[in-house]
Amino acid sequence: MIKVTDLHKSFGKLLVLNGVTEHIKKGEAVSIIGPSGSGKSTFLRCLNLLEMPDSGTVEFEGHVLNRKGVDINQYRRRMGMVFQSFNVFPHMSCIDNITMAPVLQKLKTKEEATAQAEELLHKVGLYEKRNEHPNKLSGGQKQRLAIVRSLAMEPDVMLFDEPTSALDPEMVGEVLSVIRDLVKGGMTTVIVSHEMGFAREISDRVLFMDGGNIMERGTPEEIFQHPQNPRTKDFLAKVL
Amino acid sequence: MDLVDFFEKFIKIVTRYWDVFLIKGLSTTLALSAIAVFFGAIIGTLLAFGKMGKSRILRGVITAYVEIIRGTPSLLQVYVGYFVVPLLLPSLNVSTYASVAIALTINSSAYVSEVIRSGIQAVDKGQTEAARSLGLTQSQAMIKVVLPQAVKNILPALGNEFITIIKETSLASTFFVGDLMTSYLTVNGKEFLPLQCLLIVGIIYFILTFILGRGVSALERRLSHD
Repeated sequence: MIKVTDLHKSFGKLLVLNGVTEHIKKGEAVSIIGPSGSGKSTFLRCLNLLEMPDSGTVEFEGHVLNRKGVDINQYRRRMGMVFQSFNVFPHMSCIDNITMAPVLQKLKTKEEATAQAEELLHKVGLYEKRNEHPNKLSGGQKQRLAIVRSLAMEPDVMLFDEPTSALDPEMVGEVLSVIRDLVKGGMTTVIVSHEMGFAREISDRVLFMDGGNIMERGTPEEIFQHPQNPRTKDFLAKVL
Repeated sequence: MDLVDFFEKFIKIVTRYWDVFLIKGLSTTLALSAIAVFFGAIIGTLLAFGKMGKSRILRGVITAYVEIIRGTPSLLQVYVGYFVVPLLLPSLNVSTYASVAIALTINSSAYVSEVIRSGIQAVDKGQTEAARSLGLTQSQAMIKVVLPQAVKNILPALGNEFITIIKETSLASTFFVGDLMTSYLTVNGKEFLPLQCLLIVGIIYFILTFILGRGVSALERRLSHD
């Protein structure tokens, strides 16, 4: 579904991605773990070109995205993204947060979008808040809103960039459970996370990144129980 | 100085010339300020977007423009406007009033462009990213997500710019365009009572900017409340 080949990215003199190659298949749940500064988030942000790679290719269902003349918006619609800092729209009610993009892009009428948004809010327990503005929500509620906002575009894949890192500990669970339900429902998911237990539980595959590249990949069992790479061992020893 | 005498003369000036100050002077000052801020805001918006745009040359030109305007005295700019605008548009027979208004507009556009640019850039980058990740184009993200949030930063600052310009218009009196400060010059020219005349003009300026300042604070509170 998403194929990445020899991806390089630098910020100024700092080399962040150093030739990453990876193939994410339909229906897979993939977790990316690794120390901070290893390029995990940049890699994820390259998938929908929020960061433009310096070289290498990103393909989505066989189409190269980082090429001149590609209408990236058409592909971004199919790749939902959830951010560490939620990035809900503070000037809109919860329901408008969700309906704005599909209505603006004429994928749905206002009525269809509203009906769908109400159903989504219901699913994540925010129906009562539908007409409130996000400043009335807790961090966990904001993140759940951000997730269903992405889902309203009916994406083929969901990208999560450290979705629980900015949350108070007691709110992590409610957000993880929404993501868990998504994965169980068969959504293709790529998640950058520091929640090792969660990564282990929900992932089909785990990628360990360090120094701008994927150092090791495998099933959660392989990575967490029998890591081969010394850096993976070292990292896991520190975080587990 | 005899206080009783001072205020008797003050009352005399007020009763005899109130219309010169309040009708002619105040209205000219308000009109000049409104023109300068209104057109300054339009030009300033264009400048702000130009400065955030892709063209490096355009960005350079706008930066130079803004720096020059902000780095030279407003009085000098009014002088330049007075002499240069009629030279540039000789066939239009531009009045002094118009020349001064154009100079003030140019002055205001530079400050307003910075107000708008910083107001837009103060909106968290994550907002644009979230909008783009939902498939919105750059301009849709700007219109639907960034600008509505930037307005909260921009409107109060624009109000403050209006207050600043009201005070700057006093410079226009150098060319007797009929503003509040000009009415001081006219009345004092007849009566030779500078302190009384200055007191009147000062009170009017103060009341005007005080009320507007309160309005801006109220607006600020309301916008931050939403």
